[in-house]
Amino acid sequence: MKYVDEFRQHHLAQKLAAAIGREVDSAREYRLMEFCGGHTHAIFRYGVQDLMPCNVEFVHGPGCPVCVLPIGRIDNAIHLVKQHDVILCTYGDMLRVPGSGRQSLLKVKAAGGDVRMVYSTLDALRIARDNPGRQVVFFAIGFETTTPPTAVAIRQAQAEGLTNFTVFCNHVLTPAAMRSILESPAVPGMAPVSIDGFLGPAHVSAIIGSRPYEFVPAEFRRPVVIAGFEPLDVMQSALMLIRQLNEGRCEVENEYTRVVNRRGNVKAQALVAEVFELCHAFEWRGLGLVAHSALRIKDAFGVWDAERRFSIAGVSAPDSKGCECPSVLRGARKPAECRLFGTVCTPENPMGACMVSSEGACAAYWSYGRLRQPPVAIKVEAVR
Amino acid sequence: MNTVIRRFPMRLDVRRGTVDMTHGSGGHATAQLIEALFVRHLDNEILRQANDQAAFDVSAGRMVMSTDSHVVSPLFFPGGDIGALAVHGTINDVAMSGAHPRYLSAAFILEEGFPLADLERIVASMAQAASKAGVPVVTGDTKVVERGKGDGVFITTTAVGVVPDGVKISGNRAQPGDVILVSGTVGDHGVAIMSSRENLAFETCIESDSAALHELVAAMVAAAPDIHCLRDPTRGGLATTLNELAQQSGVGMLLQEDAIPVRSEVAAACELLGLDVLYVANEGKLVCICAPGDALCLLQVMRAHPLGRQAAIIGEVVADVQGFVQMETAFGGRRIVDWLVGEQLPRIC
Repeated sequence: MKYVDEFRQHHLAQKLAAAIGREVDSAREYRLMEFCGGHTHAIFRYGVQDLMPCNVEFVHGPGCPVCVLPIGRIDNAIHLVKQHDVILCTYGDMLRVPGSGRQSLLKVKAAGGDVRMVYSTLDALRIARDNPGRQVVFFAIGFETTTPPTAVAIRQAQAEGLTNFTVFCNHVLTPAAMRSILESPAVPGMAPVSIDGFLGPAHVSAIIGSRPYEFVPAEFRRPVVIAGFEPLDVMQSALMLIRQLNEGRCEVENEYTRVVNRRGNVKAQALVAEVFELCHAFEWRGLGLVAHSALRIKDAFGVWDAERRFSIAGVSAPDSKGCECPSVLRGARKPAECRLFGTVCTPENPMGACMVSSEGACAAYWSYGRLRQPPVAIKVEAVR
Repeated sequence: MNTVIRRFPMRLDVRRGTVDMTHGSGGHATAQLIEALFVRHLDNEILRQANDQAAFDVSAGRMVMSTDSHVVSPLFFPGGDIGALAVHGTINDVAMSGAHPRYLSAAFILEEGFPLADLERIVASMAQAASKAGVPVVTGDTKVVERGKGDGVFITTTAVGVVPDGVKISGNRAQPGDVILVSGTVGDHGVAIMSSRENLAFETCIESDSAALHELVAAMVAAAPDIHCLRDPTRGGLATTLNELAQQSGVGMLLQEDAIPVRSEVAAACELLGLDVLYVANEGKLVCICAPGDALCLLQVMRAHPLGRQAAIIGEVVADVQGFVQMETAFGGRRIVDWLVGEQLPRIC
């Protein structure tokens, strides 16, 4: 597969592993936060950690949009289906996320609610066109990557005069989350976060560019390397971060040059700016209320805003008792350090959001690398 | 004047007609549907007797029986349809014991309003699949549910078969040191189905691998009667099947990712959709676990059969009381290949 296989090659991984091995200073630890769920997924799926020296640790960041969405917003979505009888369209990952009282959109669907999984905002628009007598709400979620398609959908609805379509907007912003994590050691009652550098978002940066992260080295003295989602990208970026740390440099570097530049996709940014504006503050699971960390639909497009049409009230629902998702999302704790992990909280029965999405740190830990005694390896000579 | 009284004065309008509640009433309309559509296509000596049961002689020895319900959307997909699938799936379940499948039954739940033309296409496809496999459908049943209470057509098939003497294939017989083989590329069926779903249409030349595997199994059993485990990795894909076998046998497994055959188109589709091919369904593949001494012989026999051309040795059974299936990734690391949780859902980012 072109542009994919090249970034998963064993012999290159071995070379990179050797280079990292030569580069690391055995006298110190390297704690590197991979920001995105896509990175976490790649690390576990390809066994990247096995190739790293033992003093290089990946700390899993909050970059899974499903994981950081607070319970209150799920409750809002469930309320829309149950009380307003809307057709709720959403991306697949959202269906299993637990809301209050162990409810989820999947359960609401099983009970007769009209919840539909879509692959694109265009599918949601089609459903609205096909059901003129029903209200259709698109449960929009995601970081900067998925925001432009939502903007397109709203503009398209405007162009068509589609009045039975609205968007429940939950688009959040990565630089604000990064700032929040860097400032959070001061949060009382929270375990301190120690991170030496960041593997910066990949697809998000394709939209916003690498420039928005420049405050991280400037204000917080932490290096950032924009890293692709393939395993070789992750390893190369780790090497670049380790080099910066060893050399005492601190800057934003870009490993993912085949996709990302400093300015990003200006056209997409303009589209987003036309339809959305900064929200004063937004609640993140794990990070709490974060200033200017989300987008809301502008007044000019208010007709397509589900929060306005259905007067959705902001509700703040507590996380499950004992759930360490807040600490896990900030990289302050590892999934296995949560007492719910693998006991009452498993992918079949998730208590916290990190166990729901395959990008969530807990689910990735559980599915790909939960604690185990390695079996006795007997090499198979594959007959090709 | 024509004095012949026709049993059904009005012909069943298969071209334009639809299923209605009378077709499930057990009366005249049911009889007409059975005669004009089911018996006409599935015709064989036992079915023609029109009894409520099929009577046949059995040989001495061990018999196996398996039943499977088939619900698939869409009903017609690249490389097959629900009719052929209902025949292949149940034949395969019986064949995975090493048995020769002998007879099939088929029960249909039809939704009111379902086009008879589609039903005929499905039944004709079943008949063709059964005839090609040499396993006749000898008894059946039809019920009709109101519109909205079904999804076009559901088909449940049951098969019986006879196990050759000395064959003891079972999911609990895998032991450390055994070798794991797969009969060909994985994920073809699941991707073919997804590519034809209304909300996800993408262009591909991938066809479902739906096929009856009993002849491949017969060749394998003839070559190596002491095969330990056989299973067809249908729903939940290769990963789920291996986890089932690991659990049943109380062993672990270690796979080599780069040995697992995957079509490049299937790999690309999974990449695009954020799915793991190890969890994608197959309908014409089998997993075989055998003693190391039988592995190369079985691999040759599989590759000599049209349904096993791309067979491969993909891993080994290891001692592990926790029953983990692990995989050496092509990248050089190691990961757990876990049970499938819920449905595979596409990732957002």
